[in-house]
Amino acid sequence: MGAWGLFGMINSILDVEEQIVVKAKVKPLVPAVEDGRLSGSRAVLEAFLAEDVDTIFGYPGGAIMPIYDALYDYNDRLKHILVRHEQGAIHAAQGYARASGRVGVVFATSGPGATNLVTGLADAMIDSTPLVCITGQVFAHLLGTDAFQEVDVVNITTPVTKWNYQVTDANEIPGVLAKAFHIAKTGRPGPVLIDITKNAQIDKFDYKGYERCNHIRSYRPKPIVRREYIEEAAKIINAAKKPFVIFGQGIILGKAEKEFKAFIEKSGIPAAWTILGLSALPTDHPQNMGMLGMHGNYAPNVCTNDCDVLIAIGMRFDDRVTGRLDKYAKQAQIIHLDIDPSEIDKNVKATVGVWGDCKETLPLLTQLVEAKLYPTWVEKFRELRKIEDESLINKELSPTEGKITMGEVLHQLNLLTGGDAILVSDVGQHQMITCRYGKFTQSKSNITSGGAGTMGFALPAAIGAKFGAEERTVVAIIGDGGIQMTIQELGTIMQTGVEVKIIILNNEFLGMVRQWQQLFHDKRYSFVDIASPDYVTVAKGYYIEGNKISEREYLQQALQTMLSHKGSYLLEVMVGQEDNVFPMVPQGCSVSEIRLS
Amino acid sequence: MSTDKNIVSVLPGSPLGAGGLRQEFTITVYTENQVGLLNRIAIIFSRRKLNIESLNTSPSEIESISRFTIVLTETEDVIRKVARQLEKQVEVLKVYYNTNEEIIWQEMALYKVSTDMIAEKVKVERLLRECGANAVVIRKDYTVFEVTGHREETQKLVDVLEPYGLIEFVRSARIAIIKDSCGFHEKLKEFEETQPGEEIVENEYLNRQEEVFSM
Ligand SMILES: Cc1ncc(C[n+]2csc(CCOP(=O)(O)OP(=O)(O)O)c2C)c(N)n1
Repeated sequence: MGAWGLFGMINSILDVEEQIVVKAKVKPLVPAVEDGRLSGSRAVLEAFLAEDVDTIFGYPGGAIMPIYDALYDYNDRLKHILVRHEQGAIHAAQGYARASGRVGVVFATSGPGATNLVTGLADAMIDSTPLVCITGQVFAHLLGTDAFQEVDVVNITTPVTKWNYQVTDANEIPGVLAKAFHIAKTGRPGPVLIDITKNAQIDKFDYKGYERCNHIRSYRPKPIVRREYIEEAAKIINAAKKPFVIFGQGIILGKAEKEFKAFIEKSGIPAAWTILGLSALPTDHPQNMGMLGMHGNYAPNVCTNDCDVLIAIGMRFDDRVTGRLDKYAKQAQIIHLDIDPSEIDKNVKATVGVWGDCKETLPLLTQLVEAKLYPTWVEKFRELRKIEDESLINKELSPTEGKITMGEVLHQLNLLTGGDAILVSDVGQHQMITCRYGKFTQSKSNITSGGAGTMGFALPAAIGAKFGAEERTVVAIIGDGGIQMTIQELGTIMQTGVEVKIIILNNEFLGMVRQWQQLFHDKRYSFVDIASPDYVTVAKGYYIEGNKISEREYLQQALQTMLSHKGSYLLEVMVGQEDNVFPMVPQGCSVSEIRLS
Repeated sequence: MSTDKNIVSVLPGSPLGAGGLRQEFTITVYTENQVGLLNRIAIIFSRRKLNIESLNTSPSEIESISRFTIVLTETEDVIRKVARQLEKQVEVLKVYYNTNEEIIWQEMALYKVSTDMIAEKVKVERLLRECGANAVVIRKDYTVFEVTGHREETQKLVDVLEPYGLIEFVRSARIAIIKDSCGFHEKLKEFEETQPGEEIVENEYLNRQEEVFSM
C-alpha cells in the first residue's frame, strides 16, 4: 500500500494540522527517464504530471497491473483514491471535475472493470463532464480471442464517449494521452476513454518527452464568433418588451459566470436556470427567477410561454425543461447561444443561433444590448412567485406539524451553511428538492446527475467533489433508494478520511417513482416500498459517525452537529412518506400547464 | 437546393423533428483514416433508427483522408441534424449532404448468368448490349457482366436476365461527386492551421436559415 492509502487509514486519529504535515513529508523523487527509454505505464503517469493531474480515482486488476506498479513510484505526486467499485471511481471523477473545473481521471482494469464504467461514461457524456478514463486491456496478441477478462471496451463505449482509442503500442502513449486531455476539456467537454493493452503498458520505448496537444486538424472545439449573429441577437433583444434568459451548464463549463452576470445586469432581463446551470448565478441574485422544467418554479415555467424573446445560453432544451415541445415558447423569438452547433435547432428552432464559447459571445452581446429595466415584466415573475410561495413553498420550508419535510431540511441547511457548501444530490424527489431550495453563493456548487438521472451518483460524486475542492464543505443529499446503490463507497471515505457530510432523506419509498404511481397509476404502488438497513450502524461499521432523527425539534441541532463534526458524518432524516414534489409539469403537458398541486 | 423531383412521401413527424418531404440524400463525409470510425458513424444512424440505404468508404483525393458516401431517404431536417452529429465526431473533418440533382453518382452491378443460355438466346445478347453491359469474365459454365449507372439502369438488367436465370447478382454502394465542390485540398490546408479561417467555421446551418424547417 502506498503512502496515500496509509495516510487515509490513520487520518481519523489525526487532527487537521497533523494531516498536512504527513502529506508534505513524503516526497522522494523519481527520475522521469532512464537511458531515454520509458515503459508505457510510466509514460501514462508522466502525461498526467504534465497535464497537472493531481488525483486519480481507480481500482486495480490484472490488465492494468503494470500501470499500478508504476504508480507505486509516483505515489508522492499523484494521489490515487482506491474506490470500492469502478462505478464509484468514475462518479467520483465526475464530482471532482464538476467541483474543480478540471479533468477527472479514472483507472480501471479490463473486462468487468471497464464495463463498470459505462454508466458513469453515459452520465458524463450527457452532462458534458471532462474525464480521461484509462482501462487496461489484454495483450495485443490476444485481442479477439476471448481471452480472460477481454471485453471489446472501445466498441461498448463508443456511443458514450466523446472520443475513445485503443493503444496497442507504447510509442503511441504520449501522443494519444495529449489528444485525450485536449479533447476531454475543450469545446463541449466530455468523457474520453483510452484502452491500453498490457504489452503497451509494459514495453519500453524511446521517450521524447510529453507535448501537450492544442490542435487536431479534424477537430474544431470552438468557432470564430461571427459578429453579425450577435448584432442580430442584440437587435431582437433591444426591441423586446418581455425578454427572458434561460441558462444552463454552458456558463459554468465556459467559466463565464462573470460575463453572464454582467450581461443580465446590464440588460435587466430576468433569468432562470436548468438544474445543471444552477449556481452559475447566486440564488439570491435579484434577477434570478428560479428553476425551469418539470419540477421547476411556477413563474419561469409560466413566463416561458409569455415572453416575447427567449435567450437560451449554454443549455440544450432537454425534454425535462421544455415539456411538450410543440407548445413550448411558440410566441417567442428564440436566441440560442451554444458552443455545440449540433444543439442549435436540434429541439427548438432558433430565430438567431449564436455558435460560440459564451465566454466570448456574452461580452460582445453585453456591449450591444441597451441598459434597461423591465419593471412590469419582472413584477409578473414576482406575483407568480408569491402564488407559489403561498400555495406550497412556505408550507414545504417551514411546516409546523406532521413529519419533517425534505424542503425544511434544505431550508435549515441553507441557514447553517449560508449557501457556501457544495451540494451533491442523487436522483429522485430529494434531488428536485435540493435543486429547488438549495442556496448557492458560488459557482460549481450544485453537483447532480442531470441528463442521465443516475441513482447512486451522489455518494461517490461527493467524495470526488471534496477532493476537487478541499476547502469547501461538501454535503451529499441522497434518498434511501440511491444510497443503497453505491453505499459501498463509505469504504472509500473510511480509508481516505475524506470529509463528506451525508444526509439521507428517508421516506421509506422510491419516492419519485411512488409519486408517479400515485398521480398517474391510480396509486398502485408497484415495488417502490424499499426497506433500509440501520444506516447509522452501517456508517459506524465504517468508522463514520452518524445520527438519525425523525422529530422536527431536533433537526437544526442535528444539522449543526453534522456540519461542525470533524470528519465525515451521516445524518438520516425520516421525512414524510408520501410527500410529493410540486409544482409539476406532467409529461405531455406544456410548461404553462404546470400544476401547483 | 431543389426538392421537386425525388419526393417519396410526406412524413407526419418523426422523433427527430419536423415533418417534411422525404427524399434521397447523399451524405459525403471527409474523415481521418481511423480504426473504429466506421462504427462511430454507423451508430449515429442506428441510434436514431435511420436505415442506411448504401454506404461506401473509399480514399479521397487526399492521401490519409477517407471519404464516406452514405445514402438515405429522409427529410432535410433529419439529414441536417444527422450531418451535425457526424461533424461533431472528433475524427470527422467535414460533412456535406446533397440531393440527387446536386451530384454525379454511379453504382456498379455484377450479374452471373449461364454461358450456354446467352449463346442460345440471340435476344439476350441484344438486351445486354442495350443495357450497356460489359462482359467481365467469360467461362464455359458462366459469364459475368457488369453495368455501371443509376439504380434504374442496373435494375433494368436484373429484370431482363431474371426470366433466363440469373445465378448471382450484386450491386455496389453509391459513389458520388458533388457538382459544386472544388475538392478538399484547399479546405484541408485551413483545417491544418491552428487558427481556422472563416471558411472553415462557416455557420452553414445559420446561413441556411430560411430553408430550415421549424418544429
Ligand atoms: C440507476 C437508476 N435506476 C432507476 C432509476 C429510476 N428512478 C428515478 S427516481 C427513483 C426513486 C429514487 O428513490 P430514492 O433514492 O429513495 O429517492 P426519493 O425519490 O425518495 O427522494 C428511481 C427508482 C434511476 N433514476 N436510476
